[in-house]
Amino acid sequence: MHIDWSSLLVVAVVSAAVALTVVVLVAFAIVGLSGRAPHPGGDGEHTSSTAPAVSPAVGTTVALLCLLACVLIVGYGLYVLVV
Amino acid sequence: MDVSVIVVVVVITALIFDFTNGFHDTANAMATSIATGAWHPRVAVAVAGVLNLAGAFLSVQVAKTISSGIVSETRITPVVIFAGLVGAILWNLVTWLLGMPSSSSHALIGGLIGATWVAAGSSAVQFSAVLGKVVLPAVISPVLAGIVALAATYLAYRITARAARGTAECGFQLGQKVSSSMIALAHGTNDAQKTMGVITLTLVTGGLLAPGSGPPFWVVLSAGLAIALGTYMGGWRIIRTLGRRVSDIQPQQGFAAESTSAAVILASSHLGFPLSTTQVCTGSVFGAGAGRRLASVRWSMAGRMALAWAITLPAAAVVGAAASWLATRGPVGTIIVAVGGSAIGGGIYAASRRNPVNALNVNDVPAPPPSVPTAA
Repeated sequence: MHIDWSSLLVVAVVSAAVALTVVVLVAFAIVGLSGRAPHPGGDGEHTSSTAPAVSPAVGTTVALLCLLACVLIVGYGLYVLVV
Repeated sequence: MDVSVIVVVVVITALIFDFTNGFHDTANAMATSIATGAWHPRVAVAVAGVLNLAGAFLSVQVAKTISSGIVSETRITPVVIFAGLVGAILWNLVTWLLGMPSSSSHALIGGLIGATWVAAGSSAVQFSAVLGKVVLPAVISPVLAGIVALAATYLAYRITARAARGTAECGFQLGQKVSSSMIALAHGTNDAQKTMGVITLTLVTGGLLAPGSGPPFWVVLSAGLAIALGTYMGGWRIIRTLGRRVSDIQPQQGFAAESTSAAVILASSHLGFPLSTTQVCTGSVFGAGAGRRLASVRWSMAGRMALAWAITLPAAAVVGAAASWLATRGPVGTIIVAVGGSAIGGGIYAASRRNPVNALNVNDVPAPPPSVPTAA
């Protein structure tokens, strides 16, 4: 029986890296965009009543960069699917 | 039985399997998106159906069919393939009735193994390939996906702990729409290919297509339409199980689970390591559930699913073997298998009508006990 352990290891490493990267990028984009949202304070279980950590302008820029990176990763995923 | 007649019967049976594959696996892409409200149920299955159809046209590398290397293709006939398909269809229907997300690919492989064993002997089955291509990935894929999804969920909650709740929910739901669409597209590419491969193999063994030929356009179109239609019908029972009975899935978890599934499926497809789409997606959902809080996951459901996965291949093999034994007796035996299979399928559908699950009530399940909001 031949088991391609090297392929399996690569699948594990690549999929973990891509999935974690995408989730982290989207999460940071959401944090960035939160700077633009009104903060009534304590409106939910995951909401801090404190002011946002970054200014709206900086947050939006960070969010756009993160989302751009996500678009590139998803685009590469589509390329892998098609080719 | 006339070769052209049995070929037509096999093609129709393969398309029926493709249809069951579609509605059986709708949950893979859309269960968590429906559970979190990212997609309306009807919109979700429509999107998944269209993307499955589009995915069917993305690749025609039928050399890598599901049966390749599993059974000796030179020692089987269209009748054996027919019997294997009957075994796979019936097992898919049984697990659908029970709401269990088992692997359609494993059902097909099991059906073919059982049918081939009876018709051509055990030497026609490549057991080492079964171990390497089916058993090992079946153990590894849910564990790998589960660990990655757990870490991704933990990070998603940790990073967005200070984010505005509305922005977080909206953002992750939007992300879910993209990630679930990627899974649906990948599913159409992978699973429609399997049916195309089976039909092409049948046409070759029936002498209607030259060896080494690719699938004719009508095969690609019909396989794509069958899996798309099946997907659109929505396997609501399995969607309910995966979306509502594993854990109380929130958008953060849904996005983490779907992103993990998409990454694992695409990486394994691209690098040539065969993994079950169903088991990857199910492992991701459990991992995402555990990533928020271990106790929020219904581990008894995990046990039931593991049992279903373990018996999928042998159960489909037994049905396939019985069908093969009957079908290879002659035309009457083949007709008995067709009529008997249709009757059992009809009976399973009738049983499902006693407790119908559809787009309107798919989310009407008591959620698991409330849990601590974040892992962070």
